[in-house]
Amino acid sequence: MTQNTQQLLVLVAVISLGTILTRALPFILFPKNKKIPGFINYLGDVIPYAAIGLLVVYCLKDVSVLAAPYGIPEAIAVACVVLLHVWKKSTLLSIGAGTVVYMLLVQFVFA
Amino acid sequence: MQQKVKALKAAFPYTIPVMTGYLFLGAAYGILMSSKGYGLGWSVLMSVFVFAGSMQYVAVNLFTTAFNPVNAFFMTLMVNARHLFYGLSMLKRFKDTGRKKPYLVFGLTDETFSIVCSTDPPEGIDRGWFMFFVTLLNQIYWVAASAIGGMLGSMFSFSTKGIDFVMTALFVVIFVNQWQAQKNHVPALVGVGVSLICRLLFGAGRFIIPAMILIIAVFSLFRKQVERGTGE
Repeated sequence: MTQNTQQLLVLVAVISLGTILTRALPFILFPKNKKIPGFINYLGDVIPYAAIGLLVVYCLKDVSVLAAPYGIPEAIAVACVVLLHVWKKSTLLSIGAGTVVYMLLVQFVFA
Repeated sequence: MQQKVKALKAAFPYTIPVMTGYLFLGAAYGILMSSKGYGLGWSVLMSVFVFAGSMQYVAVNLFTTAFNPVNAFFMTLMVNARHLFYGLSMLKRFKDTGRKKPYLVFGLTDETFSIVCSTDPPEGIDRGWFMFFVTLLNQIYWVAASAIGGMLGSMFSFSTKGIDFVMTALFVVIFVNQWQAQKNHVPALVGVGVSLICRLLFGAGRFIIPAMILIIAVFSLFRKQVERGTGE
């Protein structure tokens, strides 16, 4: 734990407010089925895809391909998740098996 | 009262798939939190007041790095930006829900959205209460699972090294789902490409906000090119 309780509570409040804001904003901006501008609709169509791409990169941000183990455990585990998911289409199986594979790799193989 | 019980009974079966998913992801969240030193209380607090799976995972990182509420706020907006668009498509359905509306809006997670946008309540069931109980049941599963995870994490001292990967796996799965559901891969590729470039330019600690700005700039400036892919 690197932060004190007050700082953590501030973070919880900020994250809660930010989340509420993203969920409530459309209802505040368009109270009675006011016409939604085309540009907003367009951003609404494309941002969700980009945001998930950003999150994948964010999760892997601390991986270094220049130092051991060169991102190999991450590459193997991500490949497992993708292949399992394309094959079985079971979210729980893909996430569960991918995480176990990664934990085994970093605890035993690349320890 | 009768009306509410009926709506609850009608809502429950639709939430079963979400229950299994939330039990797993919520428990993994509780275990991850406790592996970083944040016990059951913190997990439950987050699940009650934030109730946003992806963001709660991201928040574990925000807890464990230097205190930076401004960064946390913008990160929350970006991670949850997709909720803006759930809201846009729920404007009509939530219109006449009265005092249930604030909670429906608060609890509009990916999973809740996927049910309420695609399901009409059975004959004779009030739509507002139906949606309310779908949301409430989902949050109960989520909070309970976080608590279970928090307890498991403190009871057993198994090595949790690498459990952070559950978050990576979650986003990779969502990425694959979106990729397969969409013929136009330009938006997803812009997201990954711009983020990678910003990660290299700005470093691991501060690439997120530049990446968000650049993604929106690219979409604004190259709307035609981006949409041409969508055209199909």
